[in-house]
Amino acid sequence: MNLETTYLGLALPHPFVSGASPLVDEIDTVRRLEDAGAAAIVMNSLFEEQITHEEMSAFFATELHGESSPEARSYFPDSSPLGRGPDNYLEHLRRVREAVAVPVIGSLNGSTPGGWLDYARLMEEAGADALELNVYALATDPWRSAAEIEDDTVEMVGAVRDALEIPLAVKLSPFYTSLAHFAERLVDAGADGLVLFNRFYQPDIDIEHLVVERSLHLSHSSELALRLRWLAILSGQVRTSYAVTGGVHEATDAVKALMTGADAVQLVSELLRKGPQRLRTMREALARWLEEHDYESVAQLRGSMNLHTCPDPAAFERANYMLILRSWKE
Amino acid sequence: MSGKRFITVDGNEAVALVAHRTNEVIAISPITPSSTMGELADEYSAQGRENLWGVVPAVMEMQSEAGAAGTVHGALQAGSLTTTFTASQGLLLMIPNMYKIAGELTPFCMHVAARTVATHALSIFGDHSDVMACRQIGFALLASGSVQEAHDFALVAQAATLRSRLPFLHFFDGFRTSHEVRKIEAIEDDVLRALLPDALVRSFRERALTPDRPVLRGTAQNPDTFFQAREAGNLFYAAAPGIIQETMDDFARATGRHYRLFDYVGHPEAERVLVLMGSGAEVAQETAEWLADPANGGERVGVLKVHLYRPFDVARFVAALPKTVRALAVLDRTKEPGAIGDPLYLDVVAALREARDEGLSSFATEPRVIGVRYGLSSKEFDPGMVRALFAHLTAERPKNHITIGITDDVTHTSIPFDRDFDLEQPGRVEAVFFGLGADGTVGANKNSIKIIGEETANDAQGYFVYDSKKSGAITISHLRFGEGPIRSSYLVKRAGFVACHQFGFLARYGVLDVAAHGATFLLNAPHGHETVWHQLPREVQETILAKRLKLFVIDAFQVARDHGMGGRINSIMQTCFFAISGVLPRDEAIAKIKSAIEKTYGKKGTEVVRRNFAAVDATLANLHEVAVPDAVTSTLGRCPAVPESAPEFVQRVTAAMIAGHGDLLPVSAFPVDGSWPMGTSRWEKRGIAQEIPSWDAALCIQCNKCALVCPHAAIRAKAYDPQELASSPATFKSIDFKAAEWKGKKYTIQVAPEDCTGCTLCVQVCPAKSKSNPRHKAIDMIPVAPDSERRDAERANYAFFLDLPELDRAHVRLDVRGSQFLEPLFEYSGACAGCGETPYIKLVTQLFGDRALIANATGCSSIYGGNLPTTPYTTNRDGRGPAWANSLFEDNAEFGLGMRLAVDQHVAQARALLTSLSSVTPAITEVLVDALLTAEQAGEAGIAAQRQRVAELKRALAGVASPEARRLELLADYLVKKSVWIVGGDGWAYDIGFGGLDHVLSTGKDVNILVLDTEVYSNTGGQQSKATPLGASAKFAIAGKEIAKKDLGFMSMGHGNVYVARVAFGAKDSHVVKTLLEAESWPGPSIVIAYRHCIAHGYDMAQGCAQQRLAVASGAWPLFRFDPRRIRAGEPPLSLDSEKPKIPLRDYMMNEARFRMTEKLDPRRYRQLLSWAQAATDQRYSLYEQLATIRLPQTTDLPEAPLVSEPEEPAESAATAAAGRQA
Repeated sequence: MNLETTYLGLALPHPFVSGASPLVDEIDTVRRLEDAGAAAIVMNSLFEEQITHEEMSAFFATELHGESSPEARSYFPDSSPLGRGPDNYLEHLRRVREAVAVPVIGSLNGSTPGGWLDYARLMEEAGADALELNVYALATDPWRSAAEIEDDTVEMVGAVRDALEIPLAVKLSPFYTSLAHFAERLVDAGADGLVLFNRFYQPDIDIEHLVVERSLHLSHSSELALRLRWLAILSGQVRTSYAVTGGVHEATDAVKALMTGADAVQLVSELLRKGPQRLRTMREALARWLEEHDYESVAQLRGSMNLHTCPDPAAFERANYMLILRSWKE
Repeated sequence: MSGKRFITVDGNEAVALVAHRTNEVIAISPITPSSTMGELADEYSAQGRENLWGVVPAVMEMQSEAGAAGTVHGALQAGSLTTTFTASQGLLLMIPNMYKIAGELTPFCMHVAARTVATHALSIFGDHSDVMACRQIGFALLASGSVQEAHDFALVAQAATLRSRLPFLHFFDGFRTSHEVRKIEAIEDDVLRALLPDALVRSFRERALTPDRPVLRGTAQNPDTFFQAREAGNLFYAAAPGIIQETMDDFARATGRHYRLFDYVGHPEAERVLVLMGSGAEVAQETAEWLADPANGGERVGVLKVHLYRPFDVARFVAALPKTVRALAVLDRTKEPGAIGDPLYLDVVAALREARDEGLSSFATEPRVIGVRYGLSSKEFDPGMVRALFAHLTAERPKNHITIGITDDVTHTSIPFDRDFDLEQPGRVEAVFFGLGADGTVGANKNSIKIIGEETANDAQGYFVYDSKKSGAITISHLRFGEGPIRSSYLVKRAGFVACHQFGFLARYGVLDVAAHGATFLLNAPHGHETVWHQLPREVQETILAKRLKLFVIDAFQVARDHGMGGRINSIMQTCFFAISGVLPRDEAIAKIKSAIEKTYGKKGTEVVRRNFAAVDATLANLHEVAVPDAVTSTLGRCPAVPESAPEFVQRVTAAMIAGHGDLLPVSAFPVDGSWPMGTSRWEKRGIAQEIPSWDAALCIQCNKCALVCPHAAIRAKAYDPQELASSPATFKSIDFKAAEWKGKKYTIQVAPEDCTGCTLCVQVCPAKSKSNPRHKAIDMIPVAPDSERRDAERANYAFFLDLPELDRAHVRLDVRGSQFLEPLFEYSGACAGCGETPYIKLVTQLFGDRALIANATGCSSIYGGNLPTTPYTTNRDGRGPAWANSLFEDNAEFGLGMRLAVDQHVAQARALLTSLSSVTPAITEVLVDALLTAEQAGEAGIAAQRQRVAELKRALAGVASPEARRLELLADYLVKKSVWIVGGDGWAYDIGFGGLDHVLSTGKDVNILVLDTEVYSNTGGQQSKATPLGASAKFAIAGKEIAKKDLGFMSMGHGNVYVARVAFGAKDSHVVKTLLEAESWPGPSIVIAYRHCIAHGYDMAQGCAQQRLAVASGAWPLFRFDPRRIRAGEPPLSLDSEKPKIPLRDYMMNEARFRMTEKLDPRRYRQLLSWAQAATDQRYSLYEQLATIRLPQTTDLPEAPLVSEPEEPAESAATAAAGRQA
């Protein structure tokens, strides 16, 4: 069975990619992912907050007390003669890159223009074969309009695109007023692909200590439906490369994603639960399903159920359920 | 001659740049003001910079200067070119080895940033008392007077030592030269090579100790031979001056800068000449040349600058003086009490006499010589003083043995001088900047000097003055630039540009005193340019109008906030300075500032650079010139330095020092022996907090944790009778006391609004949250502006609070809450905001302060504990309080032991007198004597009862007329138990003072040692100690320490009869209280090692308690108590008081910049260090866990307390009582 696919211009032997997750923390696990047949590996996310907060807090912590006492120029050694060593993330990316032969995709997460964007270029230098830019942050400011936020994001994507040679994917959330339009603008700005959709930390409340705690729950197949709908809507209209992430737990989930237009299928929760080996069984199950249903290749399947090709496109576009007379057509 | 390359560096860097390239081994111990030389050498080596011979010098930090000197001696003997850097007490610790090095004619050059030796007080500032303590050793003493000279003489001395075989002590004035930033001409490698040919090094190496050509050194000689052998090296001393001059001549050929052993400058036919060395000689030269200028009267005056002080070359000295000289003033920057005169004076007198006797001199008339003492502890030495000295020499019989720069109204040594006299320096710009430590002003000014020095043809100089506080410290930067050379090694007197980076300073300091007529005044103000005028204090308005100043304002904090720079306004103010001063075209200046930002912060991350750039770009749009009105409109006045209610001494002396007028105080103002009154910090109301705590009485659970953690005793708790509230201020808060023990009383938590530093530790530790709004706690931070109503109200509330009666100590339960009802006798120190060690000291004073003697090692705790103008140790209403003293860094345990021995002697004598008097004096009843001798004093009730007995005894003694009664009257108070505390940091306990500490632990004496462990030398700027944990980056361990922290607790347990504990108040405050009580009650030695979060760890101090919890939870800081008393009880002596580590060590380390720096430098290596650190932590916990299960065999005659301790207090009852109190 020909499972080959092309994602972000990368020729992959099959669509199953290990998604952005802590799975890459250990080189050993990274090797197991490759052994299990991951078509590509997405690195864990490096967050804007992490970069800027870390930089600025280190800056304040080391600078604030210097030059205030006659007895001490500073309270830390001047490490600059040693140079700032390789960044942990970048070094790890480099090691992952060295450890495996499959494409490695860097992952950068942020929402406002800033020094952190330099990491896109640094990831490329560290050997990333592509970059996944996760652009979503909660818009909590009542004085900032959706348009302003979208303009900033488009500008940011353009800036990253200009700084890079490697393909650039933009990972989105579903929470945009006009997602199709926004997707179009992102592709215009230089995105080589879109990843649908981001999943978020959800705050929880510790009712004993009255504090907010963050938690991240693993995904469930029920989350797939939202992604399928938007894959179908977008892939039929906005010409670019697509990956689905969130909610693929069975080979049949992958079949649906491919049918609605995904070029690649990212797995995280399923691999965290069942281990890298799950990649192999998913791939085998996909091949089996295709065989059983007389498909020749993934290519044949891909996009077959998107907005343009599916028998009932209105089903994707309709937001609310209503009774429709079967007999009547426009 | 090589091409000229200019660099802008301070004296320390100027020396380090040469010393590092011309040595192979560098052994040091950090000491102000020389630390920077060692730190830079370490950085150069860490960077892989090679010396002249292609090898990276080995830099080794030692446990003390004595250790460094031993290492130096060994390295020299084994044939390595070796150096060291030191000052003051550090130099004194090296003296024994220096004698050996000199006696063995060993080429060696050390560099000393000359600093005052501690006498009646410690001083970190500069004079020659340390160097002069070395003049008899046999070292060549070579003095530099400027940064350029320090750079040049570092090489001259290194070359001359190899040529002459005399070891060299090259020195320059601490701070004035070591910390002055100057533009100098750099010495290139080819010059170094020319002065240090291989042949010289070879002959040094050939004398090295080696088994391939062995010789024996360090013999012991006897009366028959020592004397002759000691004279055998004389020829070398005789030849040395000539060799050194030759070296200077060679140096001149290579660089064009020509020095002589004695450099004469001034009028060629001078009649009056000053003789001096160091930076003062620069001022003297500048002034003499000005006076000798025909335009200024053409006075026949000159200066002889002494460069080579030892060996003293009489012939060259007299030859250097003009033949016309009639009067000489010899200036010493040191004091030799009891001598005929100070050292240089005596040498000059002897030299002139010898020269005359030997026919070397050809003076027209034999010059009269006077000795002058000046500049002790960096006291200013300026042209006004120089001019006064020249004027003094015009007298026919000028007074001898005088001082200059002070007013001596006691022994009348001083002569008057004009404090306002300043030399006209055409083409020179002088600027003064007032900033805070935290706002980055000094860094920006160093940077500006660098830009001006390196980008323009100007000469440039920067000097920086700091106050003695660690929180809210004011910095004053003095910048000069213009046509060179600048020899003005004194503070700017009349600035054409004054900048005030903190608006609040206007009300506290005479910021504009230094402004010249028509000067520009740049002010950072939270007010717009249209309204700012009316916000200025009256005096400031008056000065602006009187001096016709131009006023510019910017709200730099707003610009900084807008660009995510917090309180860092340095780049913004620097941009304003360049924009207004016009030193460089604006665009060029901004480009240079940005390039400096890139260079300084580039390694810290792109975001840091981006935000700084954005702030710089936004600056000019926010900078405005103020249209100055022509009339004073303000009703606001400058605050008095201290309130009118302060005691007379504080009004007269302390207030002047706070106001910055300490220089004007006469000798008579001071105690003769360094004794100082207690409790002066309470009079210095600094009001540095932007936000202060606000108490919600209804929500409060009355745990008193806020008071316990407060580093400044600025939030306090009291329980008192309701009727006390009758006259309370309207806003004073009060609520019923909740717990049963003081039922019926009222309770208040009160903040000291002007003493709080705003650190928020109290809020962080407060456990009481509102159910409906958990963000609101019983303690919240509320903004407070100076002179606001809220601050006024809280000031009144606090005054009322302090007057409320204290609870009876005898009835206070000694737990966390109870301890905070005891009066803190340590308050409002200048420690850092959020300091992690002052809460321990404060607690000790609450529990034991009214009967404690404290020996304090030099370090942070001695600086915030004893640095003037104001000090925090205070007394209670009875006038009792901790008797505190700092001896040295290295001897603190021994110092405290001495206190113990003295107290024990007093006790023994008092008891003996009591016994003998009771038999002959009916007034002293047998019952009283018996009670006094057998009193149980383990608890506060026992102490109180004994105090009453002592009072009764004194009343009885008053009626007894015998010498014994008088003696006992004086000693009677010692019958009340005294508590000796030995306090210091890890640098003392783990490193320099460890030998003494170990010895004191072995004596069995009843001393209590409190080690405030920051795991690094905090006070001198973050050098590693043996307490530094594995994986932490520190100076001398830049890449991260590879060796685990020494386990001082475990080592102390090895003594067997020592009470040992580790505590962390942020993790378990109840454990700290319990431990201190147990430690104090153990009648033998106790050592409590206290975790102390610190600015040198690199995170927001507000998180200090949270980080302490992580330290304990990760096992980095296990809590335990090892109590020898438990052996007898059949229990394991070690009680492990923290749980098995619950989180990985990584989770603790990741929050601190000291570990993150290691990670940033080399993540892979960091992972390795982390795994070692985790293993070491696991191993240690496992070891403690096992130890905590071990019971030791009991013997029937096991002592309950150390046998050597005084038997006057039954140990069993002490232990039992202590245990009872903790219940």
